[in-house]
Amino acid sequence: MAEIELRDIEKSYGETAIVKGVSLSIRDGEFLTLVGPSGCGKSTLLRIIAGLEAQNSGEVLVAGRCVDDKRPKERDVAMVFQSYALYPHLSVFDNLALPLRTRRLSFAQRLPLVGRALPGRGDVEKAIRAEIEQAASMLDIAHLLRRKPGQLSGGQRQRVALGRAMVRHPAVFLMDEPLSNLDAKLRVQMRAEIIALHRRLGVTFVYVTHDQAEAMTMSDRVAVMMDGELLQVDRPERLYRDPEDLRVAEMIGSPKINVVSRAHWVSLGASLPAGIHRNTAHLAFRPEAVGIVASGDGRLNGVVASVENLGSDIFLNVTLADGQGTVVVRTHPDASRSEAGRSVGLQIDPACLLQFDGAGMRQREVERVEAAA
Amino acid sequence: MISRFSDRRFAGRVARHAILLLTAAFALLPFVWMVSLSLKPPQEIFQADFRLWPTAFHGGENYRIALTAAPMFSFLLNGVLVCAAIFALQLLVCIPCAYALAKLRFRGRDTLFSAVLVGLLLPPQALAIPHFVMLNVFGFLDTYAALILPWAISTFGIFLLRQFFRSIPDEIIHAARLDGLGEFEIIWRIMIPMTAPALAAFGIFSVVAHWNDLFWPLIAVRRAEISTPALGILLFRDDEAGQFLGPLMAGAVIIVAPLLLAFLIAQRRFIDGLAVTTMK
Amino acid sequence: MTALDCNRPREAAAKARLATRSGEHGLAWLAVSPALLLLVGLLFGPVAAVVLFSLTDWQLGSFTFHFIGIANFRALFADPTFWKALTNTLVYVAIVVPGTVLLGLVVALLIETSPGLRGFYRAAHFLPVMSTMSAMAIVWGTMLHPTIGLVNRALGVMGISGVNWLRDERTALLALALIGIWQGFGFAMVLFVSGLKAVPQQLYDAAAVDGADGVLDRLRFVTLPMLGPVTMFVVILTAKRSFEVFDSVRVLTQGGPNYASEVLLHRLYTESFDFLHMGYGAALTVVYLAVIVLLTLTQARLLERRVHYS
Ligand SMILES: Nc1ncnc2c1ncn2[C@@H]1O[C@H](COP(=O)(O)OP(=O)(O)OP(=O)(O)O)[C@@H](O)[C@H]1O
Ligand SMILES: [Mg+2]
Repeated sequence: MAEIELRDIEKSYGETAIVKGVSLSIRDGEFLTLVGPSGCGKSTLLRIIAGLEAQNSGEVLVAGRCVDDKRPKERDVAMVFQSYALYPHLSVFDNLALPLRTRRLSFAQRLPLVGRALPGRGDVEKAIRAEIEQAASMLDIAHLLRRKPGQLSGGQRQRVALGRAMVRHPAVFLMDEPLSNLDAKLRVQMRAEIIALHRRLGVTFVYVTHDQAEAMTMSDRVAVMMDGELLQVDRPERLYRDPEDLRVAEMIGSPKINVVSRAHWVSLGASLPAGIHRNTAHLAFRPEAVGIVASGDGRLNGVVASVENLGSDIFLNVTLADGQGTVVVRTHPDASRSEAGRSVGLQIDPACLLQFDGAGMRQREVERVEAAA
Repeated sequence: MISRFSDRRFAGRVARHAILLLTAAFALLPFVWMVSLSLKPPQEIFQADFRLWPTAFHGGENYRIALTAAPMFSFLLNGVLVCAAIFALQLLVCIPCAYALAKLRFRGRDTLFSAVLVGLLLPPQALAIPHFVMLNVFGFLDTYAALILPWAISTFGIFLLRQFFRSIPDEIIHAARLDGLGEFEIIWRIMIPMTAPALAAFGIFSVVAHWNDLFWPLIAVRRAEISTPALGILLFRDDEAGQFLGPLMAGAVIIVAPLLLAFLIAQRRFIDGLAVTTMK
Repeated sequence: MTALDCNRPREAAAKARLATRSGEHGLAWLAVSPALLLLVGLLFGPVAAVVLFSLTDWQLGSFTFHFIGIANFRALFADPTFWKALTNTLVYVAIVVPGTVLLGLVVALLIETSPGLRGFYRAAHFLPVMSTMSAMAIVWGTMLHPTIGLVNRALGVMGISGVNWLRDERTALLALALIGIWQGFGFAMVLFVSGLKAVPQQLYDAAAVDGADGVLDRLRFVTLPMLGPVTMFVVILTAKRSFEVFDSVRVLTQGGPNYASEVLLHRLYTESFDFLHMGYGAALTVVYLAVIVLLTLTQARLLERRVHYS
């Protein structure tokens, strides 16, 4: 029962606006990823949800309740940080126990020395120990409980950080680039583990990353953020196929989407495909939407500048006929026309052609009408 | 060729030790002299030929006089008490302030920090007159309070601890807040344990300074019962028993020994502590 | 479940948020308030008081005082003992600073060239830094004693007749400077050692490749230039400590004979607390304060530059 709603959140540090009017609803139990370039305000937004940072205006609602006047610990959210933020002077066990102790022990019981002797503390400690051991075995860190964080590997620290968030059974998990300090292989593995954790706990996850592969593979929905604004919030596959904004189209997908401006297209002497809206300023198409045909047969023509063979796919970088700009083409390894220096024609699937106006907004009405006709 | 090279090396090593032994002798000579004299009977001190070790061992007597004619132990005790109280007060005042300056956002923070930096400029001796007048007004002169209170604030401590607190990542503090710790609990459970070496360094700096300080105790107190070691040895010298060199040197040994022993036990700590704190 | 309960007017939410934020404000102010109070009560208030005192004819114990303008300063600058104290202090600084820095540097270089007995040397040279000056000054007093003192006995063995170091106008300040160097050079050594440790090994390797592989070459082309900033720091630190010389003067000479070893801080002490001339003492304090503040500002400026370099 923990949907999150952000209404018109704005935040600035001094004069510079960092978050500019973000509104977003996150469903209960959803895995939502915030993705965007560095410095766009993702962490800031996450810290506002956690209550670590106060917004200048707008409201945060968790489970339908306004939490703006609640302190972080009263918001029932847990957070996993990029640097893990484990307490270096405490053992793994004590790291995991700290959030439980602060919640379950009274102030007097938490006092140094005296607290240990107070009645009731023993029982609470016993319960805490049991829960930590359970969580630890779930994360496969049970054998590390006595160590200090400094004696752990990156992956192990990551698990402890997850464990510290988990033991409290929060309604919301906030994760700020939790995998960015891991090496590539471990990252893929931890990705799977976090997905499994989400499935098992069934609570809301808000996950921040600037790695679009993480965003695409892990999330129910992805919120693309840029310069403090949300550009689009959608399911990963729709974000890829149906971007609302040229910046979204360019950010999602690797290699990047091909963009040819209308003027450039015309100057190449190529005919525009049918159904182009008059406001359309940019035509964009994914590398897999392009087919290689004989030189002169395609809508666009060019010369293969380089070939990148990834085994499963081959990417051709084709320089357009006037020498200005390249188009990336994805081909099957079995396709034969793939050596550099060769002149080729490019056939573009009109159904996969995306149109954007001068401001980068998607143009779709006319395209649909024409396609139907 | 090789032998010439190693010859030069050998000569270099000998020269190194020769010079260092000379400078070390310069550094250590007063200590040796002090101990030597503290073990001798008066007539031997005035003898024309000098021996390091006394022919007639008079140490027991000298030290007995030093300990009985003057309240040596209470000098040391006062030193411990005053230094401990000063350091405790400084921590109590500095830690929350340094934490707020390093990690909390509030209006006036930069102004306050500038004030701390300006405070860093002021030599304590320049404040002696007003401190003296103030203590006089409150009737605190010649009490422990007079020795302790003027040092309750250490701008140096605030500055130093702020630097160390700043080096702790914000994420740790955010994690602690989410874990349910209040700000004072964060200080107590997270900041203090994480900066323990820095606190120890500051402690060494503070204790060494106040144990050895003569200027202020000379102004603030007259009574021997509450004198700190640095002042105590002066009072002892100006006393009758202190006219005799043997007991006077024994007294000096007693005054100097505690810090030096502590230093010899934890050399690295002391040297790094003092070097680090001044270099910051 | 929708958020009906949050649909209250915006101002209310804003007010609530303001409350939490001013909570952090309040907490921060609570945390700094003891320090702030003491900062004003024990540092800035007193500094203002000193300046105020220096403009009055107030004497401790009297209940009245008059503002007399800069009369105290005029008296101070007309007082030959003040000038004597000032020049003596400068001479003291001029002897102790180079002595301490050079000795500290040489010892640090020698200690760091090879590991033999390193720990012993470091501890031995550092011992004077830790020792209580008033007690050690008494010890130095006996060592410099004209007849039974170690110094004159040693000179006697070499056939030189010593002088009464601390009672002779020509040597009293010199003797005090020697004690100052004795106490300070171990600290300079430690600072230099930490500076030496910070010299990257690659620089020596590079110098060796470039043909500078002798001990003196390495010293001249790598070590000393790299120690520049530390040296600056040590010089200023030592200068500051030398300006604060008091303990040895008080214990051994009390400024005598005939003001030959009178220094600023001792002058300040005697005028203010032996003679209770608070106004005059305050004026002296203001001058002293100005000197120290100037020195510290120079240090800050230089250190700032060092930070920019690295
Ligand atoms: N306490 C602060 N004071 C001033 N500016 C800040 C503060 N915290 C963050 N900023 C600025 O806000 C902007 C957004 O920061 P934020 O940490 O939210 O970015 P991010 O999207 O998480 O980037 P990254 O992917 O690099 O983590 C940055 O330009 C940053 O410099
Ligand atoms: Mg971030």
